[in-house]
Amino acid sequence: MSGDVIVIGGGTAGMETSGQLANAGCMVTLVEKEEQTGGHINNWYHLFPDRRNGSEVIDYLNNKINSDNITLLKGITIDHIEKHKNRFIVKTNQGKELNADAIIIATGFDLFRSERKEEYGYGIYDNVITSVDLEMKFRSGSLKMNNGESPKRIGIVHCVGSRDEKTGNLYCSKLCCVTAVKQAIEIKEYLPDSRVFCFYMDMRMGGALYEELYMESQEKYGVNFIRGKVSEVGESINHSLIIKVEDTLVGRPLKMELDMLVLMAGMEMSEGGRKIAEMSSLKTGENRFFQGRDNHFGSNLSNIDGVFYAGTCTAPMNITETISHARSAVSEVLDYLKVFRK
Amino acid sequence: MNSEGKKRIWSDYQKEIADDHFFYVRSCIRQSFFPGSEQFFLNLMRNILGKDVYENPAHTTCTGIGYHSDIVPSATIMTVIARHFALMKESGYKNIAVSCVTSFGLYTEILETWKHFPEELAKTREYLFKATGREFDIPENVAHSSDIIYKFRNEIALKAKNLLVNIKTGEPLRIVEHIGCHYAKMFPKSGLGGAEFPNVLSGMAEAWGGEVIDYPERRHCCGFGFRQYLVQANRGYSVSNTAKKFTSMKPYKPDMVLTNCPGCNMFMDKWQYTIKEMEGETYGENGDSIPILTYEELAGLVLGFSPWDLGLQYHMVQSEPLLRKLGIEFDSTDKFKTKDGRQMPVPQNLINS
Repeated sequence: MSGDVIVIGGGTAGMETSGQLANAGCMVTLVEKEEQTGGHINNWYHLFPDRRNGSEVIDYLNNKINSDNITLLKGITIDHIEKHKNRFIVKTNQGKELNADAIIIATGFDLFRSERKEEYGYGIYDNVITSVDLEMKFRSGSLKMNNGESPKRIGIVHCVGSRDEKTGNLYCSKLCCVTAVKQAIEIKEYLPDSRVFCFYMDMRMGGALYEELYMESQEKYGVNFIRGKVSEVGESINHSLIIKVEDTLVGRPLKMELDMLVLMAGMEMSEGGRKIAEMSSLKTGENRFFQGRDNHFGSNLSNIDGVFYAGTCTAPMNITETISHARSAVSEVLDYLKVFRK
Repeated sequence: MNSEGKKRIWSDYQKEIADDHFFYVRSCIRQSFFPGSEQFFLNLMRNILGKDVYENPAHTTCTGIGYHSDIVPSATIMTVIARHFALMKESGYKNIAVSCVTSFGLYTEILETWKHFPEELAKTREYLFKATGREFDIPENVAHSSDIIYKFRNEIALKAKNLLVNIKTGEPLRIVEHIGCHYAKMFPKSGLGGAEFPNVLSGMAEAWGGEVIDYPERRHCCGFGFRQYLVQANRGYSVSNTAKKFTSMKPYKPDMVLTNCPGCNMFMDKWQYTIKEMEGETYGENGDSIPILTYEELAGLVLGFSPWDLGLQYHMVQSEPLLRKLGIEFDSTDKFKTKDGRQMPVPQNLINS
């Protein structure tokens, strides 16, 4: 198989598609806006459900794109896309013009900016952090508060920017529940004497081994799960956090003092993806992610022939799903090239 | 606490506030309970800042208290407010300045309703015309009067005679600010700084030299809550909410509370007296209660006006401890004298005096 393909986005989906296409004989130009490929996994220490080190996935993906058929352009964004007689002309922010027979959009997701949920005080109260901040703490090997002390009572808020009409995100980000469970267990391993409280709306543990992890977090680690949404966060005179939440199973409001609060930030259409949608008339759905041509049979197909989607630019996915989606995108591209390069 | 984080939020909640030519609408209860506030606002705007502010004597209540206690239906209150807009049109003004937070909340709620349901706007135009023969325009600019003072806070600071500093310690006064639910909680975009970390009052306090306290029950209701108080059987909830709020702020030793809303000012003022009588509990330093001031009263003190001309004596909690900290000279025997020196009746059981 021959053909020129531009892959936009050098995260999990973009790297996987690039590697697979290169193996199939295509010439691939992989464009990444950052100076480093790997996307969000770079910020993750351990992955669920088996606590694999995130660097192992990065190593796998780097190995995948180590091919003579792949040209990697880093620190580059796309300014313009046009189609002319089954060939795509793509202009970069550095004035470079790229040509290809097909394009794969793999622009991924952005984490919800937790400061938008103003009531949680992220960016204002020192010990309100996000799930990514916590991964960074795990990676540094030190789980401390800003004053250098170890937290004794830690809260985890699920669904921050997900299933939330106020922020315009009605969808479930899918990964936050299991991330919360994984991180709760890790907190207990770091600080066995600490108490961890997860505040959830529903526990959506719909992946392989997720439910088992949830049970283990309760039975082995004693993590407390409270069904209710945190309504506000404040600070006491000694700088501990005061949260208000309704325990909907007991049917009573709770006020609780915590040392640290971790916000499970949801997933949103990336800024880069949004710009590409605007410049290219690619359709987006109600959730603002790219909309595939068919929910069941065409999630890799865009409304423009020759432009394909891979990974979390279409919806929240875990790494396993992202890699599967990337591979199915490659299959669609190869079928397309067979027809158009005859 | 990171003040840069607050500033980021504030930058998302800035709004256009007209610079001049205001049609001013008063509040029912502010005129009764702290009458110096609205009078000083007019004095400040007209005589100190040189602005054009017009009042129409045909203006009435917005019926907000009736609306929030389920007595006045929405079609009625929309028509009453449409009449206010008609008076403004007839007077040749396009910028409305609203004194009361309840009214301000209703103006914003009704304008938002009309935007999303134009058929309601059409019905209101018809009702008003049939009832009064009047027609109205949507205001070009809607501001609460605290928004306007916030806009001119730096000009006020430049003319300040008394900065918000304790003259004995040299430390900034510790100020609790309370914006009131209806200012921004329904529509955060309509309030300066939004609803969670509002800036309208804190911006004034800091511009005039004070330090704003963030305490755990900062967002909690003042105790009014309409039905908590209006339904007599519920008044225990009203007092207990106020007690909860003051108990939370007490360890921070606030020198004063700065309010935006007439209901908040009234309840945080008068329930301190009630709680003192019921429980013997006070929340200020040295057994004092905490003075509750409106933003106009505070602006007046900063500009060096007499506390009695500003009407501070009409609060239940008297302001003497605050005046002493500010180094403002006063004669308590002048509190209840008319301008021509006649003695008025002196209320009993005022606290802090």
